[in-house]
Amino acid sequence: MNAEQASSEVTQVPKVDSPLKRAMKDFYNKLKKNKTALFGGYLIIFLIVVAIVGPYLTSFNPSETDYSVKLQGPSAEHWFGTDHHGRDIFTRIIHGLGITMGIGFFSTLIGSIVGIFLGIVSGYYGGKIDSVIMRLMDILLAFPGILLALALISILGASLQNVVIAIAIFAIPTFARIVRGSTLATKNLEYIDAMRALGASDIRIIFKHIFPNILSPIIVQASLFIATAVLSASGLSFLGLGVQPPSPELGAILSDGKDFMWDAGHIALFPGLGIMVIVLAFNVFGDGLRDALDPKMKN
Amino acid sequence: MFQFIVRRLFQLIPVLLGVTILVFSLMHLSPGNPAHIIAGESAPESTVQQIEERLGLNDPIPVQYANFLKDVVTLDFGNSWRTSLPVSTELWPKFWVTFELAIYSTIFSIFLGLIAGIISAVRQYSVADVSIMLVALFGLSMPNFWLGLMLMQWFSINLGWLPPTGWGTPEQIIMPVFTLGTMGAAVIARMTRSSMLDVITQDYIRTARAKGLKEKVVIYRHALKNALIPVVTVVGLQFGGLLAGAVLTESVFAINGMGKLVVDRILARDFPVVQAAVLVMAVVFVFVNLIVDVSYKFLNKRIDLD
Amino acid sequence: MSEEIILDVKDLRTSFFVDDFEVKAVDGVSFKLPKGKTIGIVGESGSGKSITALSILRLLEKPGKIVGGEINFKGNDLTKASEQEIRSIRGNEISMIFQEPMTSLNPVYTVGQQIRETLKVHQGLGKEQGMEKGVELLKLVGIPSPQERIKQYPHELSGGMRQRVMIAMALACNPELLIADEPTTALDVTIQAQILELINELQEELGMSVIMITHDMGVVAETCDYVAVMYGGKVVEYADVKTIFKDPKHPYTVGLLNSIPRHDIDVDELEPIRGSVPSPKNMPNGCRFAPRCPFATDLCMEELPDLGDVSDENLVRCWIYSERWDGDPEVKEHGPKRTT
Repeated sequence: MNAEQASSEVTQVPKVDSPLKRAMKDFYNKLKKNKTALFGGYLIIFLIVVAIVGPYLTSFNPSETDYSVKLQGPSAEHWFGTDHHGRDIFTRIIHGLGITMGIGFFSTLIGSIVGIFLGIVSGYYGGKIDSVIMRLMDILLAFPGILLALALISILGASLQNVVIAIAIFAIPTFARIVRGSTLATKNLEYIDAMRALGASDIRIIFKHIFPNILSPIIVQASLFIATAVLSASGLSFLGLGVQPPSPELGAILSDGKDFMWDAGHIALFPGLGIMVIVLAFNVFGDGLRDALDPKMKN
Repeated sequence: MFQFIVRRLFQLIPVLLGVTILVFSLMHLSPGNPAHIIAGESAPESTVQQIEERLGLNDPIPVQYANFLKDVVTLDFGNSWRTSLPVSTELWPKFWVTFELAIYSTIFSIFLGLIAGIISAVRQYSVADVSIMLVALFGLSMPNFWLGLMLMQWFSINLGWLPPTGWGTPEQIIMPVFTLGTMGAAVIARMTRSSMLDVITQDYIRTARAKGLKEKVVIYRHALKNALIPVVTVVGLQFGGLLAGAVLTESVFAINGMGKLVVDRILARDFPVVQAAVLVMAVVFVFVNLIVDVSYKFLNKRIDLD
Repeated sequence: MSEEIILDVKDLRTSFFVDDFEVKAVDGVSFKLPKGKTIGIVGESGSGKSITALSILRLLEKPGKIVGGEINFKGNDLTKASEQEIRSIRGNEISMIFQEPMTSLNPVYTVGQQIRETLKVHQGLGKEQGMEKGVELLKLVGIPSPQERIKQYPHELSGGMRQRVMIAMALACNPELLIADEPTTALDVTIQAQILELINELQEELGMSVIMITHDMGVVAETCDYVAVMYGGKVVEYADVKTIFKDPKHPYTVGLLNSIPRHDIDVDELEPIRGSVPSPKNMPNGCRFAPRCPFATDLCMEELPDLGDVSDENLVRCWIYSERWDGDPEVKEHGPKRTT
């Protein structure tokens, strides 16, 4: 029997879940036990449902102007009041929820995919590739917070796609570092050595055995990073360097509100609350998850 | 210890070089010819060529980078494309404003964060603890520019207690520092709490109690000093967050600092100023991290078993 | 016993309260300790021996609480002492040393600072006097070049050295009672012997009484005058050290003795006690040891025996010695035997 056959036989033991499936089950079981994580999870689901269904239910059009009602405070008709163009702020926020969360989600998704790839390559192969990748990550990390995103926007120009790209790049080093650490820890486990001795290919080992093991820290980090991404994206919009008006992205609505603080403070109030609820949901979910998955961290 | 510092300094060289390459690329990746931007839309071709010549834009890229690096080392960032003033003349006064803002905010966040975190840990699961942790969670989730606007709404517009904009007088400092320092305070409070709770279960705390020390002495002399070690790292990272956050805070309160300068000049496509400001912030951040690393190593030296 | 009794523990009960559930870690423990003597409290982990020790100085961590009994130290009931009174006793009249010398010293203070602290709190010694006394104490516990050692941080010392420092700290105020909670468990065998010898010597020199908490019958043999064997939060046998080794009565004591190597008779194999300590959440109704006891009968399973006189020397908590014993009469005749 050659090594190829041996490895396939080892992995074809019947009635045993694949490592990935097992990891997902394990993840789900731990999630169920942590009330904080569950609360965050429900809040996220609620926000997603509102973002998807909400726009069909609002009685106004988010970009419809009506100067006869401009800068009105909250009322029975306009729950969150109106802005300087007489647009209904509640409607705009419901529509903006999806844009803001979408930016957070997609930038994290793109950034994490690249980061995970770099992290696995770095941790799994080590050596020169590792030091090159990690030095590159150090360079990206040398730019504090949204500064790198600002710098990128200054080249790319302000737009929705560019905000996503800029924040995704900001996400890469965080994920790469975490994934590298987990990969290193997993790589040296004895059964991985055994797999390798049986002739399993690197790709197979990485996908079948290493990836399931590093899944939990990735999900925790992804949740916490979406929170950061939402704050960054709305910050960029607020500065006029992100999503451009008249888009109802929450940071952009806030930016409009800034100019009317003296006459209509409510314009800035509500979108800010919206951002906070989104960020809170992902923070709570990520925190709870981390506690559930890593009892050592729990106090 | 000295060796460690020297080694870390050497490790910084590739990072700093990388940072300069990245910042240098900014200008070259940006669409449009800088000479056109400087000369203005309707300038004659000869003027544009003159400017290209003066800026060395026709040199090969490596030569341009070498010149750029030389300029950076001598702190000469060229002239602004908008105002034609030397960049350093524009930058430094604003750098100090931002630096002041960041320092005050750091002090504020350390002070508030530590006190809150200690109270939380000492009275774990009490009403005080739960409230503090809830407030910290909100502090962590709040966009700081929004917090700034809300403070302005209350204290400047509704109550008229504090000036809504500017920087310099004590009244002007309060709101920006609170705005910028809140998130850091929240992070530090959470970190202090978990670190304290971790330390309180250690054997040497029981030893301290067995010696007949008062609970206060046990907490403040024996637990706190150990608990603060991991907090140091967080403070360093927060400082980076503060530099970036200053961009937003300065925008809200119309403070003429480096953050606002960056935003204004990005919108005006004044790249030399943007370049210089981004570079300065990154270098400051890198060195703050170095200081944190070294002090962490120093503080942790005694704890590192073997 | 005509000697002066320094510590008299009566029916001590300590429980942990978790989720409205009471876990009885120490369940009615009594013993007396004469002045200048050593009592060993012996048992496996989970028997409640360490909790007993921590209860005496009221050092229990949060969900733990003394719920009943008395701890009379020189006539004062420590369970009723105010927080301030107990503090003035801790480290002063009663000192304690712990199992883990590696982690029991605060890493951010020097040896000297930590010793001086005790001297300052209880005797009001200033920095210089404290330093002088500190060096003296380090010399007393056999630390070479104490002048230098006193300025070092714990991480610069070996485990054995650290335990010596712990002992020096404990002895700083000439305590009348030293509680040693598994003081040698974490140390190398050769260092173990040195530390035990040190404790013995110091006890003689200073006239201290000692409570030796251990799971190791070897340590008991070397240091103790009296022994209380604990199991499941209760004392199951109480006797002087000679009797325990010569004529153990409780099957658990016999089991403990059978599981240590002996040099007086030739045994090929050590005989471990089968099973494991019951979880305090799930205590058997009858004798705590019954599920693991080779002699257990239905009576043992259902009803808890009292701690009673079996001979002049032993107090034993076992049905074998009662009139109601319904098991093998042979066992009653000869008692549970050590390894045959």
